[in-house]
Amino acid sequence: MAQAEKIIAKYPEGWQASAVLPLLDLAQRQNANFLSQAAMDYVAEMLKMPPIRVYEVATFYTMYNFKPMGKHHVQVCTNLPCWLRGSDDIVKTCKELIGVGMGQTSEDGMFTLTEAECLGACVNAPMVQIGDDYFEDLDAESTLAVLSELKAGKTPKSGSQIGRHTCEPVSGLTSLYNQTDLRKAKVGGE
Amino acid sequence: MLDDKDRIFTNIYGIDDPFLAGARARGDWDETKKILDMGREAIIEGIKESGLRGRGGAGFSTGMKWSFMPKEIGERPHYLVINADEGEPGTCKDREIMRHDPHKLIEGALIGSFAIGAHVTYCYIRGEFYREAENLQRAVDEAYEAGLIGDNACGSGYKFDFYVHRGAGAYICGEESALIESLEGKKGQPRLKPPFPANVGVYGCPTTVNNVESIAVAPAILRRGAEWFAGLGKPNNTGTKLFNISGHVNTACTVEEEMGIPLKELIEKHAGGVQGSWDNLLAVIPGGASVPVLTKEQCETVTMDFDSLRELRSGLGTAAVMVMDKSTDIVRAITRLSAFYKHESCGQCTPCREGTGWMWRMMERICSGDAEIEEIDLLEEVTRQVEGHTICALGDAAAWPIQGLIRSFRPEMERHITAGRAGANEAA
Repeated sequence: MAQAEKIIAKYPEGWQASAVLPLLDLAQRQNANFLSQAAMDYVAEMLKMPPIRVYEVATFYTMYNFKPMGKHHVQVCTNLPCWLRGSDDIVKTCKELIGVGMGQTSEDGMFTLTEAECLGACVNAPMVQIGDDYFEDLDAESTLAVLSELKAGKTPKSGSQIGRHTCEPVSGLTSLYNQTDLRKAKVGGE
Repeated sequence: MLDDKDRIFTNIYGIDDPFLAGARARGDWDETKKILDMGREAIIEGIKESGLRGRGGAGFSTGMKWSFMPKEIGERPHYLVINADEGEPGTCKDREIMRHDPHKLIEGALIGSFAIGAHVTYCYIRGEFYREAENLQRAVDEAYEAGLIGDNACGSGYKFDFYVHRGAGAYICGEESALIESLEGKKGQPRLKPPFPANVGVYGCPTTVNNVESIAVAPAILRRGAEWFAGLGKPNNTGTKLFNISGHVNTACTVEEEMGIPLKELIEKHAGGVQGSWDNLLAVIPGGASVPVLTKEQCETVTMDFDSLRELRSGLGTAAVMVMDKSTDIVRAITRLSAFYKHESCGQCTPCREGTGWMWRMMERICSGDAEIEEIDLLEEVTRQVEGHTICALGDAAAWPIQGLIRSFRPEMERHITAGRAGANEAA
């Protein structure tokens, strides 16, 4: 509740409807990662919005779910940059290991698998988002490793799976060799 | 090649501390008050003179945009809204700024807000960037704590608040008026213009919407001087730019380079060259999914700036370079983009809502060889019916990649159809 009030306080008086996206997100996080009608109605009442407006908003955005989700929501990006680097293999691996098709949840409730549009980590393609984390620079093998760890109740390391730090060239830096020299740009000249 | 000393984003790879201590060591927040003391007019003039063009894709002069805001602040407060809804396929630059150099963005927001008379910035960040939003929020908290923003930002007496607002998954919210609608708690459907946001934006108030990168480079420009920035790149295409190089290259990466760098040099110096070799190159999409594809021949000489790419009827867009080698089924590649636009159309305008579905289904038919050759012309006609007939540019963005494909790779499309028909005949 305190969290919700803190969110609402970001917006001007009379515009508390601005808080609808963050509050729906909060509600979803508190409810097995999906929005029930009761949750949406609660948010509507809190923000003094007609419930229909909240339903309308909730169904417009892709990040809200309307049925119970698996413990881990695995979203495989299949947009062009990921596809060029083999997202078809990632999809196949996920389907095989999880044992379901796109949009489905495994019987043990461990995983929900969905196809995602561009998630904005294109130089680290192919990639998947699991929960709030990105797993990048994947191939079939590393995808299998990540999913297996999750299945075993462990927390796999997020980010690049080929050992690069973030988005630098994997073979080594081609710029910013010596960052310490760059730290002294002052007002009115270098 | 750009010299390291001219690079703005010196922690783009997150090798150093992204937070306040690291940021200060990199020169951020260094006498920011002096910049504010220049005054609103001088700041806007400085950004204008630097030649900075918006880094979100359209390439409109940032200084000019700021100057459109009312000079006097009336009863309605002014707002700066930062567009961090990065979702253009191929693009992943704002993400790196927010997670590795967030203070550049916050400092830029203070300066930009001050210049346009706003006391509040909302940074609308795509919902999927949860960790990035966490980093940004942590940096915001640090900035408040240190008095850099808040009631007396940097000791200037200016009140400034910075709020992080997470979206919830909708590409269309990267369109500025859809973003404003979404920020107000509605479906992200673009608004008719006019009125323009500078007159009626968020909460009915004068608003400027800028891309993350445009805002984050502002402090460096004002510190080092407009002439420094203007001296980099090419006339009318000045400064440095973050490039994302993805697809069939040996070392896909994000890198800050000078505007106007030859595409070939960009790929070979930073991305380790095309897989196989340069001769294995088929095509490049140079600026995110919305811009038409370039052929290898065009890639040999083109430079990466707004005007050069426009001359080739493509665009710099977000400078997201997607490289495709000869193993690529280019028709399939563009069909994937058509599926994307169909998925992301907000449904408000009929030509886009229906047209994106039409275009995608026709592309699928061509791809699977289930079409007639004449349908290529029909498809071209459909793209013309969508282009320019919608409230926002998503319809155009869906049409252009197909037009580019027809223009440059029509024989490939015909090959798909002929092969498909031959297969069907054999089966019969």
